Amino acid sequence: MSKIEIKNVYKIFGDQPSKVLPMVQDGATKEEVLEKTGHTVGLDNVSLSIEEGETFVCMGLSGSGKSTLIRHINRLIDPTSGVVSVEGTNVMDLDQKKLIQFRRHKMSMVFQRFGLFPHKTVMENVGYGLEVQGQKPEERNKTAMEKIEAVGLTGFEHQYPNQLSGGMQQRVGLARALATNTDIMLMDEAFSALDPLIRSDMQKQLIDLQSELKKTIVFITHDLDESLRLGDHIGILNGGRLVQVGTPIDIIMNPADDYVEAFVKDVNRAKVIKAKIIMISTNSANGIDKNNLVKVGEDQFIDEFLPQVVCSNANCEVVDKNGNVKGYITQKELSKALTKENMDNAVKSSK
Amino acid sequence: MGKYKKHILYSLYLIAFVAMVVIAYTSSKYRPESVSVLFTDFSWLGNWPKWLDLPLMPYLNEGFDKLIKEYGMFFEGINNFLLGLYTQMKNFMVGLPWPVLMISVIALCYFVSGRNMGTTIMVAFCVFFLGFLSPRYWDKCIMTTCIVVIGMLLCLIIGIPVGIMMARNKKVRNAILPILDLMQTIPSFCYLIPGILLFGLGAVPAIFAIFVYAVPPLIRLTDLGIRLVDKEVIEAAEAFGANKKQKLWGVQLPLALPNIMQGVNQCTMMALAMVVIASMIGTRGIGDEVLLGLQQLNVGMATEAGIAIVLLAIIFDRITQSYGEKIQARTHIKKDIKL
Repeated sequence: MSKIEIKNVYKIFGDQPSKVLPMVQDGATKEEVLEKTGHTVGLDNVSLSIEEGETFVCMGLSGSGKSTLIRHINRLIDPTSGVVSVEGTNVMDLDQKKLIQFRRHKMSMVFQRFGLFPHKTVMENVGYGLEVQGQKPEERNKTAMEKIEAVGLTGFEHQYPNQLSGGMQQRVGLARALATNTDIMLMDEAFSALDPLIRSDMQKQLIDLQSELKKTIVFITHDLDESLRLGDHIGILNGGRLVQVGTPIDIIMNPADDYVEAFVKDVNRAKVIKAKIIMISTNSANGIDKNNLVKVGEDQFIDEFLPQVVCSNANCEVVDKNGNVKGYITQKELSKALTKENMDNAVKSSK
Repeated sequence: MGKYKKHILYSLYLIAFVAMVVIAYTSSKYRPESVSVLFTDFSWLGNWPKWLDLPLMPYLNEGFDKLIKEYGMFFEGINNFLLGLYTQMKNFMVGLPWPVLMISVIALCYFVSGRNMGTTIMVAFCVFFLGFLSPRYWDKCIMTTCIVVIGMLLCLIIGIPVGIMMARNKKVRNAILPILDLMQTIPSFCYLIPGILLFGLGAVPAIFAIFVYAVPPLIRLTDLGIRLVDKEVIEAAEAFGANKKQKLWGVQLPLALPNIMQGVNQCTMMALAMVVIASMIGTRGIGDEVLLGLQQLNVGMATEAGIAIVLLAIIFDRITQSYGEKIQARTHIKKDIKL
């Protein structure tokens, strides 16, 4: 059973969503529905499942419905139709009391513009989730201090949020989400409001934390590089529809339609393509000069061995963990992999 | 279905309107002998016909008489309570030696404003000048202050909960907004005079008038303040499982406090304005000095009393305003807008 399961979820914004629903189910597009009925389609038949311990990145441009989707998981928004189940519980079956318990203990959330309480200190902010659970101040301050330390904000615990920089504020947001120690973390464009250097810093911090904590993270972003870096699986939304779900490589190598292709067009391929994807197998590698070889691990990204190859003008020998030779990469494969027009051919020939 | 609902509603309005006209016609003593006259003699289209009249006045009078007769005890209870409170408070403050009272006001301002020396000195100056202008004014200002403070308390006790309810429920807001409009636009004498009938002469009808006049801005600003709280912050509270009570007390009210304090400040100013008008219905206080001056065509006397009122207003304004600013500084919300 998946940790989070979303089945055929529709969300229509407007006065009478249930009346517009059949039209959307019959396949009318977002624009048509808006023109004919004045209703906005938020989500259009979205189904996906998120496994325990993975980072699922939901990507799309603004207005694609990604923020709407994430709010269905903790039911900040009710779906017009469809099922959202978390650990086998349908969240729509929860009454008000159970829903509050569910939000307190099952999941936490990080917001784009941080959503910090301006009238509370950093420590009170971090301890908020525990405060609403009814924990005593001494206990929750202890937990809060641990989390403040974990995100590297020690010494700032008595400051107010607006005394901190954007990056630091989002660290507070992250610490607040960690403090309740929930299995699931929802991150709504958590790093989008930060400047690039701090963003990459925060991404690294999240990766480090995740390697320890193994939480189930649903991450929303409009930035492809971010999603490739963080995601175990990526779902791409367009106009409320889920166009493609797959691993980062899937998305890069086999974009499902023009929309996804336009997205991945400018991505730095060297950073996401691994050696084993473009190598030619040992059988078909007869004509290759094997005197000048660079050893490359099969899971290494092109980015990591490219400088070495170019400087020594050598071919690559791809090996697995045990040192067995799996295949070879010549400069021809490399150039094919890194220029987009030849990409499909390169993938085909490697297979 | 929804479309028809609208049409049904509209036709109901139409039927109600027609029924009203028909009833007005049949119950009027000015109507012509028969309906057919209306279709032969069109002179009724020229001037507004006498029969097309809603005789509201007798019903209102009847209702008001009934109110006084049947609920007189109730109003007398309120009257006795408020009057008792006012008398106690006034006697206590008048009984204090003036330096003690003056120093307590200055001390109050000093602590409430977060030890702001500038504000305190200004308030101290104003307090001193109240008595310095004319020794008569000192006791009269105390009376006025007591009425304003009691009226304000009444506004706070009723206004803030109503504002909160409005912010939480759209239907409540739609129901209350027209009432607030009414309270703000109806001429003040329309409730000052009935106030005398209900509560008798003196301080209590003034308190009643203050409530009607000064509570709308407080309610509006409380409602607005709560609704203006950043949506993402509210969402964060919900996402972490705050229930309604925790959301209200822990997040919405503290963040709406600067706006609510603006409402309190507005409320005070309007209360002071009303208490001066209320002197015309016999409420004692600094307002009756103005009235007396005008009655005797003594412009100097009226102006002098007017200055005293302004000084009193400055004291109230500075104390409530600086308290609001102190809270704002504490909650660390930077807002450029000031009313």
